Amino acid sequence: MSPEINLTCDPAHLRHGSNIGQPLTRRDGILKVKGEARYAADNHPPGMLYAVIAVSTIARGRVTFLDVAAAKRHPGVVEVMTPSHKPPLAEDPDGKPNPFAFKMELLQNDEVRYANQAIAVVVAETLEAATEGAALLSPQYHVEPARVGLDDAKSYLPPVVGIGNPAEVRHGDVDAALAGASNRIEAMYETSAQYHNAMEPHAIVASWDGDKLSIDTPSQGMAIAQMRLAGLFGIPPGNIHIRSPFLGGGFGSKGLVSGPQVLGIMAAKLVGRPVKLVLRRDQMYGPVGHRPPTRQTLRIGTDGEGRLTAIDHHAKVTTSTFDDFYEPAADASHTLYASPAIKTSHEAVRVDTGTPLFMRAPGEATGSIALESAIDEIALACGMDPLDFRLKNYAEVEPISGKPFSSKALRQCYAKGAERFGWAGRPLTPRQMRDDAGFLVGWGMGTATFPALMFQAQARAVIRSDGSGVMESGAHDMGQGAWTVLAQIAADGLGLGIDQVEFRSGTSDLPDAGIAGGSAHTATAGAAIHNAGAAVIAKLADLATNDERSPLFGAGNAGVIAREGRLFRRDDEARGESYTDILKRAGLAEIEASGGGAADPAAQSNYAMHAHGAVFAEVKVDPELGQIRVTRLVGAFAAGRIINPRLVQSQLFGGMIWGASFALHEEAVMDHRSGRILNANLAEYHIPVNADVPSLDVLTVDEHDPHVNVLGIKGVGEIGVTGSAGAVANAVWHATGVRARRFPIRIDDLLMRLD
Amino acid sequence: MNFSISLTVNGVRREIELDDPRVTLLDLLRERLDLTGTKKGCDRGQCGACTVLVNGRRINSCLALAVSQDGADILTIEGVSRGDQLHPMQAAFIAHDGFQCGFCTPGQVMSAIGLITEGQAGDDPERVREGMSGNLCRCGAYAGITEAVLEAQNTLTNSDQRRSA
Amino acid sequence: MMNFDYVRPATVAEAVAAASEKGATYLAAGTNLLDLMKGGVCHPSRLVDVTRLPGLDGVEYLADGGVRIGALVRNADLAHDAEFVRAFPSVAEALLSGASAQLRNAATVGGNVLQRTRCAYFYDAPSACNKRWPGAGCDARHGENRLHAVLGWSEACIATHPSDFCVPLVALDTVVEIEGRSGRREVALEALHRLPGDTPQRETLLERGDLIVALRLPAEARGFAAHARYIKVRERTSYAFAVVSAAASLRIEQGTIREARLALGGVAAKPWRARAAEQVLAGVAPDAAGLREAARIALADAKPSGDNAFKIELAQRILVRALTLAAAGTPERIPALPGSPFSSVSGVHHVA
Ligand SMILES: Cc1cc2nc3c(=O)[nH]c(=O)nc-3n(C[C@H](O)[C@H](O)[C@H](O)COP(=O)(O)OP(=O)(O)OC[C@H]3O[C@@H](n4cnc5c(N)ncnc54)[C@H](O)[C@@H]3O)c2cc1C
Ligand code: SF4
Ligand code: FES
Ligand code: FES
Repeated sequence: MSPEINLTCDPAHLRHGSNIGQPLTRRDGILKVKGEARYAADNHPPGMLYAVIAVSTIARGRVTFLDVAAAKRHPGVVEVMTPSHKPPLAEDPDGKPNPFAFKMELLQNDEVRYANQAIAVVVAETLEAATEGAALLSPQYHVEPARVGLDDAKSYLPPVVGIGNPAEVRHGDVDAALAGASNRIEAMYETSAQYHNAMEPHAIVASWDGDKLSIDTPSQGMAIAQMRLAGLFGIPPGNIHIRSPFLGGGFGSKGLVSGPQVLGIMAAKLVGRPVKLVLRRDQMYGPVGHRPPTRQTLRIGTDGEGRLTAIDHHAKVTTSTFDDFYEPAADASHTLYASPAIKTSHEAVRVDTGTPLFMRAPGEATGSIALESAIDEIALACGMDPLDFRLKNYAEVEPISGKPFSSKALRQCYAKGAERFGWAGRPLTPRQMRDDAGFLVGWGMGTATFPALMFQAQARAVIRSDGSGVMESGAHDMGQGAWTVLAQIAADGLGLGIDQVEFRSGTSDLPDAGIAGGSAHTATAGAAIHNAGAAVIAKLADLATNDERSPLFGAGNAGVIAREGRLFRRDDEARGESYTDILKRAGLAEIEASGGGAADPAAQSNYAMHAHGAVFAEVKVDPELGQIRVTRLVGAFAAGRIINPRLVQSQLFGGMIWGASFALHEEAVMDHRSGRILNANLAEYHIPVNADVPSLDVLTVDEHDPHVNVLGIKGVGEIGVTGSAGAVANAVWHATGVRARRFPIRIDDLLMRLD
Repeated sequence: MNFSISLTVNGVRREIELDDPRVTLLDLLRERLDLTGTKKGCDRGQCGACTVLVNGRRINSCLALAVSQDGADILTIEGVSRGDQLHPMQAAFIAHDGFQCGFCTPGQVMSAIGLITEGQAGDDPERVREGMSGNLCRCGAYAGITEAVLEAQNTLTNSDQRRSA
Repeated sequence: MMNFDYVRPATVAEAVAAASEKGATYLAAGTNLLDLMKGGVCHPSRLVDVTRLPGLDGVEYLADGGVRIGALVRNADLAHDAEFVRAFPSVAEALLSGASAQLRNAATVGGNVLQRTRCAYFYDAPSACNKRWPGAGCDARHGENRLHAVLGWSEACIATHPSDFCVPLVALDTVVEIEGRSGRREVALEALHRLPGDTPQRETLLERGDLIVALRLPAEARGFAAHARYIKVRERTSYAFAVVSAAASLRIEQGTIREARLALGGVAAKPWRARAAEQVLAGVAPDAAGLREAARIALADAKPSGDNAFKIELAQRILVRALTLAAAGTPERIPALPGSPFSSVSGVHHVA
C-alpha cells in the first residue's frame, strides 16, 4: 500500500495552461516544513526491533572472535547475526549478476576488506540496547597491513572507467603537438577522498510476510534495488514493495542498495519481526561509496596565439581490492576545449577501502578542478585573460568525437556570467586586488559541463470522466524536486492544471521511473510522463474524432490539441469539448495509456549532448593568516529547457556549494597505518556551513534543444559542482599568487608561501 | 532502574516512564513518543538536524539526556504551526526554497525560530548566516534559508509591532 | 553507550559525595560527555547530574569589581550578558566563536573548561592513546598530526585543549573555585590544566569528586576592556574548532602599552599563557616590529610535534593580528563573525 502523501501547491503559484517553466514552490514543501514528510527511519511498524551493525576497526584481515555471549547478555538484546548465524541468501553477495551490481558485505565470511565494514548485526528491543550490544561484541582480529594511499600498491590499467568508458582515449598526437608547442605547462593536481554525507543516513525498515518483503528505505533506483534484492533473497521482484517517497539526499550514495540496507532485511528475516536499521554517521564512511582520491597530471600546449594544440590528461585513482569502480576523472578533458590533439588516460590502484561509487558529478568534478586549474595556468603562460583564453579555444564541435553539439549556449553563459560578476578589468597578474580592510581579493573562473544523459523510464496516465487526471511513475525525490517538476510535466502532458492531476510516485509498485542519477531523472522520467500523457490524449482524441456527436468529429488526431481539460481543433479553437464530455458520452469512467522515456539512438550517434555553464568566483584571503572565504559565486548555465526555475536555481546553488567545498573543505583523513578514517564525522569532515557561502547568484540561458529528448531537458543536478571547484581554486591563486595543486586547499598550503 | 519524568511537549504535559537512562531527548521524541519530525543526522552535535527548543532555547536534542530534561518545556517541529496555519518561518522556507531534500529542514526551522527569539541577529544577513551555521545542509539550501529567516524576522517583527500598537 | 546509574543530587555536598565513587562523573549539559560516551571513549558507571544544583547558574558582579560566574551558567547566557560583554569583551567573543548557537545554549561554563581534547586518536577507540589507556602509546605522535600541539607537549601526548573560552580566561587570571571532598579551594585556571609529561591521563588538578562551582575574574581584568580581542583561525568560517587562536588584551595609556595579557589556543594541552611576551610589551608602543617581537618570544620554545610546523608560524601571526586589533580598540559590538579574521579588521564591511 502506498503511504498517504498529501501534496499541495502554494495557491499563489498555481498556474493553468502551461505548467512547465513556472517557478512553482515545492509541492512537498508543507510536509517538509512541518516535519510530516516521512523518511525511511521515521517508520515504526508494530513489533519493530532495532538493529545496529558492528563494524570492523581494521582495514584488512579476518575477524577471529566476537563475544556474542556478552552481547546477548545485555538486557534487551534479542539476536546477534554473525557469519555463522544468519538467514541463507540465494545469491553470493560477491557475485556480479550485472555490471551495476557492486559486491557487498553481508556476513558471507569472516574476511575484513575495509574499515567500517559490517561484521555483525545486533537486534534488540531498543536502540540503546542494540547499540551497546554491538559494542559488547569486542571483536578480535587477525590483522594484515592496510594498503590505503595512491602509492601503496602497484598500479594497473583499469578495464574501463566510469560506466563503460575506455580507460585511454587518443585523438591526434599529443606528444608531437606538445613538442612543437609555443607555450606549455605540465602540472600535477591531487584531490582527496570525499564522502557523500547526505544528511539522511542510510536507513531501512524491513518487514517480511512469508516470502513477501516490505521495506521503507531511501532509494535513487527502486526497480534496480528490487531486482538486486530479489536475486539475493530468491524471491520474485514483484514480492518486494519499496517505499521511498522522500530521500534525505542521495548524491549517488543511494543509487544502489547498499550492504547495510540488505543486512536490515536479513535481520528482519532472522528475528521474524520488523526491523529498523539506521547507519550511524561514522558508519557511512565505508560501505555506501565515496569519491576516491585522485592524482592527475595535465600537459597542455598552445601555439603562439594561445590556441590549444594538445591536452594530455592522466588520472591515477583508487578502487577497492575486491571490486571495480574507476572515477573517470580524465574524461573531463574530452568535451570542453578545442584541441586538435587530446589524450586521456587512467591508472588505478587497489586499496583497502570500500568500493568508490558515483558521487555527484563522478569524474566530471574531480577532472574539472584539475582541468580548469590547468587551463588557468596555460592561459597565464600565454599572457591571456582566462575568459579570453576559453573563448579562443571554444569548441564548436565536440573535440574528442568531432560531433556537432545538439545545442550549446556556452558562449552566452560566458558573456552573461562575466557581466553579472563584473569580470571585465580583472588584472591578469595575481595579488593585485585588496578590499578596504586589506584582504587579498581574487577572481577566478571555470567552465562547467555535464553530459545530458537519458536512461529508461515508464509512466502510466489516466484521465477520468470527472475531468481529473492521474499520472504514475515511480520516481525518486532526493531534493531535486521530482514531486513538483514531474507533476508539472504531467499536468502539461495531460492538458490539465497541476491541481487536477494526482501524481503518484515514490513507491516500487508504480511504473519504473529508472534511476535518479546522472542528472537524467527529470529528462527520462519526464519524457515517459510526457509520452504517457500524449498517449492518453491520443486515445481520447480518437474517441472524439471518430464520434459523430463530437464537435471534434473528423478532426483527426493530428488536428487536436489538449488544454485545460479540453480538446480543441487545431485549425479552429472555437471548436472543442471537455474530457468529461468525451468520456461520458463514450460511457467510460476513465481512459489510460502508458509511455516510455529513453535515449534516441540516432540522436545519440549524431550529436554530442552536454549542458554547459560558466562559473565566476571571488575569494578573500587573509594575507597573513591564510584563511579563505568565498565571498561571491556567480554561475551562468545553459541546460536545455528549464521546467521549474526556482528549483533549478536551488540545484545549481547546491552544486556550486559542493564545488566550493571540493576546493576548500572536503577531505577524508586516513591513518595510513590502520586504514581507518580519522574524521568520519561532520565536525571534522568539513562541509560548508551557511557562513561559508555568503553570496550566490545563478542565471540560466535558454536553450531549445530538439535532439536531447522530447522535452529538451538536459539536467542540472551535477553540473554546478563542475567549473565551480576550479573557479574557486583559480580565485585563490589570483588573490595570493600561490598556485595550490592539492585539494582541498589548506591554510598550511598558503601560509608559508604568502609573503 | 526506572525514571519517571514529566515533560511538556508541544504544549501537552506528559508523564514519561523511562526504563533506560541512556535515552537521549532525540531518541525519546523519535522512537518513544512518535514525534519523528525531528531528525537525526549525526547523533553527535555536529549537524543541527535534531534542533528543538527546550524552555524556549534551541539545543541539539541528540546531546541531551532525556532524564536530565525532567520538567522541561519542549517545542518540536510538530508543535510549530497552528493546524493548517503555518508559522511565518515555515511559510518563508517554502517561499524562498530554503530546502531541497528537506531532511535538515525541521532543524533549520527550529533553529531559525530560536535565533529570532535570541534577538542577536536582527536584519543583518551576516549575523543570520553565522547564527544559522550550526545547521548543516548538504543540499546547500543556504541562500534560501538566509532569505527565509530574514523575511520571517521581518514578518514577526511587524506583527509584534502591530500587536503592541 | 554502556549503561550507567543516573543520580541528580539536590546539593553540592550530595553531588560531591555521589561523584567521589569510582567510575562516577559529573554530567552538566552533556555536549562533550555524551559525545565521548557515544564514541566509546569513556564509560562512566554513574552520572551525577549537576544541572539542577542550586546557586551555580548565576553571574555575580562582586563589590570589588570582579565577577563570579557560576559553573552552570550556559555559554550563551554569559556571552550575551550585557555587563559581562562590556567588561570582558574578549571572553564573550571567544565564547561566541565556539561551536554553534545550539551547543552554546546548552553548554555550561564548567563543562567548557573541562571539555576533552579533539585529538582524533583519542576519539578513535581502537587507536593507541596514553590518555585513554596509560602506557598504550600515542598513535598521534607519528600519525595524522597537523593540528596537534607545538608547545608543552611530550612524547607521551601531543594533544591540544580545544576550548576557545579558556584562552582569554587564562590571559585574564581567572580563578577556579572547586568544591571537593575536603571542602572548598581555589586554583588559578592557568594551573588547572596540566601539561602531559609522562601522565597525559591526568589532564587537570582535579581529584575525584571535585566539582567546579565557579570561575572568578578579578577586578583588574576589567582594565583591558577597551583593547581586547579574540582571533581564531578555522578551516571553515564557522562551527569549527580552532587551528590556532589568540586572545590579546592591552591596557594602553598615551599610546603606550602599560600591560598586556596574551594567550594562545589550539597549541598545547592547556590554554597557553604567553607571559614572556607580555613582559616585553609592557612599556612599548604597539607598533608592528614590537608586536612581531613579542609574538616571536611567545613561540620561542615551540617545536613541531609532527606535520605541524606551520602552526608555529601561524600562532605568531595570529598573536600579531590579535594584538594589532586589540590596540586598535575593542569594537562597539561583537563582530558578526565572532573571532573570525574576516570580521577582525576595524572598519571592515562584512559581506551583507
Ligand atoms: C560539534 C561540536 C563543536 C564544538 N566546537 C567547539 C568550539 O569551536 N570551541 C569550543 O571551545 N568548544 C567547542 N565544542 C565543545 C563545547 O564547548 C563543549 O562540549 C561544552 O562546552 C561542554 O559543556 P557541557 O556543559 O556540555 O559539559 P559536559 O559535556 O556535561 O561535561 C564535560 C566534562 O566536564 C565535566 N564537568 C562538567 N561540569 C563540571 C563541573 N562543574 N565540575 C566538574 N566537572 C564538570 C564532566 O564530567 C565532563 O567530563 C564543540 C562541541 C561539539 C559537540
Ligand atoms: S596525542 Fe594524546 S590524546 Fe592524542 S593519541 Fe596521543 S596520547 Fe592520546
Ligand atoms: S543529530 Fe544532533 S546535531 Fe546532528
Ligand atoms: S535540504 Fe537536504 S540537507 Fe538541507
